[in-house]
Amino acid sequence: MEPLLNVEDLQVSFQTFAGEVAAVRGVSFQVNKGETLVIVGESGGGKSVSMQAIMGILPMPPARIKGGRITYKGEDILSKSDKEMEKYRGKEFAMIFQDSMTSLNPTMRVGRQMTEGIRKHQKVSAQTAKEIAIDMLRQVGLPNPDKIYKRYPHTLSGGQRQRVMIAIAISSKPSLLFADEPTTALDVTMQAQILDIMNQLKKDTGASILLVTHNLGIVAEMADRIAVIYAGQIVETASARELFFHPKHPYTWGLLGAMPGMETDKSTELYSIKGTPPDMFCPPIGCAFAPRCAYCMEACRKEAPEEYREENGHSTRCWLLDERAPKVEAPTAVIPKPLLNEEEVQ
Amino acid sequence: MSEILLDVQGLKKDFRIDGKHILKAVDDVSFTIRRGETLGMVGESGCGKTTVGRTLLRIYEPDGGKISFDGKDISKISKRQEKELTKKMQMIYQDPYASLNSFYTVEDIIGEGLDIHKLYETKAERRERIIELLNVVGLHRDHMNRFPHEFSGGQRQRIGIARALAVNPEFIVCDEAISALDVSIQAQVINMLTKLQKDRNLTYLFIAHDLSMVRYISDNIAVMYMGKIVEYGPTNEVYLHPMHPYTRGLLEAVPVANPDYTKIHKKTPMIGEVTSPINPKPGCRFASRCPVVMDVCRTTDPHMTESENGHKTCCHKYR
Repeated sequence: MEPLLNVEDLQVSFQTFAGEVAAVRGVSFQVNKGETLVIVGESGGGKSVSMQAIMGILPMPPARIKGGRITYKGEDILSKSDKEMEKYRGKEFAMIFQDSMTSLNPTMRVGRQMTEGIRKHQKVSAQTAKEIAIDMLRQVGLPNPDKIYKRYPHTLSGGQRQRVMIAIAISSKPSLLFADEPTTALDVTMQAQILDIMNQLKKDTGASILLVTHNLGIVAEMADRIAVIYAGQIVETASARELFFHPKHPYTWGLLGAMPGMETDKSTELYSIKGTPPDMFCPPIGCAFAPRCAYCMEACRKEAPEEYREENGHSTRCWLLDERAPKVEAPTAVIPKPLLNEEEVQ
Repeated sequence: MSEILLDVQGLKKDFRIDGKHILKAVDDVSFTIRRGETLGMVGESGCGKTTVGRTLLRIYEPDGGKISFDGKDISKISKRQEKELTKKMQMIYQDPYASLNSFYTVEDIIGEGLDIHKLYETKAERRERIIELLNVVGLHRDHMNRFPHEFSGGQRQRIGIARALAVNPEFIVCDEAISALDVSIQAQVINMLTKLQKDRNLTYLFIAHDLSMVRYISDNIAVMYMGKIVEYGPTNEVYLHPMHPYTRGLLEAVPVANPDYTKIHKKTPMIGEVTSPINPKPGCRFASRCPVVMDVCRTTDPHMTESENGHKTCCHKYR
């Protein structure tokens, strides 16, 4: 089956006064129809930049796409002009950003921001657009949608603004929803409600979701498949259960271990990754994670690891999987235990 | 059991809005923290948890109630006594970018407390102390002459911790001290805070909204909702047997890092959000969102009731 979105060897760098920063260094992934792919990693890993490159909203310059291919429904979208991309954004693609205060226009009432896109892409009258908008506000669970419709963003709370943004995003019934840390600025209770709305949208319309987050709890709740990104490269990809229960990359182990589970108490130290992410002005030769890796070998410092693929779609970039490497078991304490067996999952 | 270091009874803090409305940010809050222990304070934004921390350190003047620190009443003290107090109580702030003076070098940021309290005899001794503090928080002596902008978020938070430790405090308020950091860096900072606590017998008030980290680091938990503590007790007791409907909703909302968990547990997210704390109506403040609300909840304030092993809750269901 042809994937909805196919990203191949994407490379993005930024020109700065201090030199060139390679933010994304050969990222490849696919998003299939109706699935949620979660890209997880730390800040500076290149999660947001990859997403913005696909949407065609990277500020160029300073950004530059140095290589790679992005196809959406079989069409190469990197070669499209700005004008052509406008037909995708807001219609095929929709985006939910992290910061709802800066992504909504403070000088426009909620209603106008919503109907602008609806009228442009759906070619309906002002009255119908208003009806659609109010209906969308109701769908995201906002009380008194016709009152919210007339208000300015600053008079709404963070959770309400985030819902308005989701309402705008889903009003065009997108096939692919991009969500960049959509709940990071919100309380857990509001976060649960927002994630619920996103899952509902996926169920109702069959939309695909590309979600970027650093919170593994959200990953577990949302993902069908997961891509772990580190220093501008995807280091591990697998289905959600495979990645959580059989992680192979030491960085993934570190991410899993850094979150205290329900049984961990203060007497056991948290499994933490030493050091800090690399300086992307001069990305390290070899594996980018090598300086922080507890299992680093000589080969890791010299040469970037190959991608090791398994039949179930699990692929990992790590020399530990080479047959010449010593066998290393993942630290059992960091890996969550499956609660269901294969049959129950079906 | 060790002695009680901090005893807070009926603490109140109001803010005036437009001169006529009163926002009761902290309304009759009581708790105690024993020496060497950590109290975790959780709740949604705007519930008053930061205000509690700031009032304890007397950044805000309390409007009522009593704060006893090490047996002494500190709710009404002079400026001079207040200065004495800052030697014993310190704070680590949320934002590692805004909380360090960008015109100061690391040496001066950490050394400021030493200067104010005159904790050294010679220049060399001051330097020595600062190098020692940098070592404690895992930074290098070469970092001393650098400015905050040259550091990453995690390193800045370490500078903030070194600054708090400089005066050898007994009590530290960690106000969302790890929220702005990456997951792997959070674990590093948490490991460091627990180690420091063991080595120096420090007492923490750990304010955060990340419930899994709070559970890991805290001995006791206080759950706040709109200026009031609605549940209080030993950490595991509160997490495993939450009593207040708000605590239950809050805990249920935390996403669990196990893809099977969501398949088994069907969530019913708590609806709505915090209502305005300005001129609140009588009755339980959680009534408008409570899934098990009764008539009495809308008219009468619930009182704190204590069950066994120090687990307290403020709900009409438990009387």
